[in-house]
Amino acid sequence: MNVLVCVKRVPLTGGKITLTDDERAIQTRHLGFTVSPHEECGAEEAIRLVDAHGGSSTVLTLGPPEAEEQLRDMMAIGIDRAIHLITDGSEWDPQATAAAIVGAVQAQDEPFDLILFGTESADAGNYQVAIRVATALGLPVVNGIKSIEVVPDGLRCEQEVAAGRDVYLLPTPAVITVKEGINLPRYPSVPGRMRAKRKPVDASQPGPTPARLEMVRLVLPAGSSKQAEILGRGAEAALPVVAMLREIGVLA
Amino acid sequence: MILCFVAGTEDELSQQAVAFAGSLGLGEVRVVAIDGPFAPAAWAQTLVELGAGAEAVIAPGDDRGNELLAHVAAKLEQPMAANCVAVTPGAPATVRRVRWGGSLLEEARLDGAPLLFTVAAHAVAAEPIAAVETVVVSDGASAADRVVVVSETVAASGGGVSLSDADVVVSGGRGVGSSEGFSVIEELAELLGAAVGCSRAVTSAGWRPHTDQVGQTGTKIAPELYIACGISGATQHMAGCKGAKRLLAINPDGEASIFASADYAVIGDLHEVVPAISAEIRKARSA
Repeated sequence: MNVLVCVKRVPLTGGKITLTDDERAIQTRHLGFTVSPHEECGAEEAIRLVDAHGGSSTVLTLGPPEAEEQLRDMMAIGIDRAIHLITDGSEWDPQATAAAIVGAVQAQDEPFDLILFGTESADAGNYQVAIRVATALGLPVVNGIKSIEVVPDGLRCEQEVAAGRDVYLLPTPAVITVKEGINLPRYPSVPGRMRAKRKPVDASQPGPTPARLEMVRLVLPAGSSKQAEILGRGAEAALPVVAMLREIGVLA
Repeated sequence: MILCFVAGTEDELSQQAVAFAGSLGLGEVRVVAIDGPFAPAAWAQTLVELGAGAEAVIAPGDDRGNELLAHVAAKLEQPMAANCVAVTPGAPATVRRVRWGGSLLEEARLDGAPLLFTVAAHAVAAEPIAAVETVVVSDGASAADRVVVVSETVAASGGGVSLSDADVVVSGGRGVGSSEGFSVIEELAELLGAAVGCSRAVTSAGWRPHTDQVGQTGTKIAPELYIACGISGATQHMAGCKGAKRLLAINPDGEASIFASADYAVIGDLHEVVPAISAEIRKARSA
């Protein structure tokens, strides 16, 4: 089974987000970067599927030259090779992103049996690139998946819903978006990192397409900075905490 | 005309989406629900046909609403904006939408016709839905559209207090230190009839199952009281608990960012504070 997983480089935001002066990006001067959490699980799932059923795993990202760091991270945990669609770092809208991914998928010598995405990216959260890619390629797509099992006719996928888990039976080739919790991603080992340095990255620069969902500026939500009432320090706080629990009706 | 998909008349996000549609000033709002097992591409084809000539096609900003609208957008090759809190129609329209699970907002131009977007939770107050038209999947849905369909639903295994519905949630973060360390969190939760939650650091370390995670990529909760123990307050976590009515934070670092969102603060090590609170509750009950 040949599996492709698409990931996005996003900043590790920590406790407080600040913006650049032009209000078009998060200030990342002091931040590290990672891949969106759902996608990290997608990479882990790709590795497990290939380990269990053979084939090869590929990671793709559309992003600035620095996003090679995220491709190497994914190869360090076991992905075989990478495709880097290099941008100048400006944000591509979902339609342009999907079109570039479709172009890269169609340019492959060997087709993919499965293309994995995260349900939504951690930063933009547009919820649509995977569905656009699947539609353009004429492939079935399921969303928000927390379990993938290979069955004789294809893939059995489970999605968490209020009532329990909805089940889909999916023929391959197919596109699946996964959610964090489908697995617990492994950490890269030192030998894994060494191997990742030698794995191939197929880099190209797709032409940009005009944005039809165009970000104008970012806005920090109105500060809900509260002044917390300090109930105490250490174990001595127990009595005032219990009094507060009574006052708000949590304790009778 | 605006076509507004709803999951049901009792669904709060659907009620908000219909109220939002009514506020846009784009004429009549046609409210549609679809009967039968969920089949995203086939349902989207049905919406494409019902929405022919509409100024806008919209849906609630939840998993299925976003999924359906993305299918509609892909079929029509039009742009789509997920989780909007404000929309000003025009060519292009201006939208304000949620990023980073609500830690950040974005102003954007949406250059499409019809306007395709979903309505973020709590963008407007819910109003009762006056009339809903329930339809079945259109004959226009192709065989390929019908391939993806829910074939069965496995019921949730009950037991314990559900995280998303609990009135009180007691959560532990990296400060708990280990899987075993959660015994003090569980003890307090049991005394309060509360659900146990945790931060992403905890699930990534494998100390608790992902089903316990409160956060942008976990469960979003809105309890009466949220007790956050040893949690620093990363944006990823706050995106999951900002709906809590009251927040009690217990953390040894008086400068932890969680205190900026807290109503009540205890500065101290959770391993001392939490057992002391449990003991105090027991003492009060036996008195």
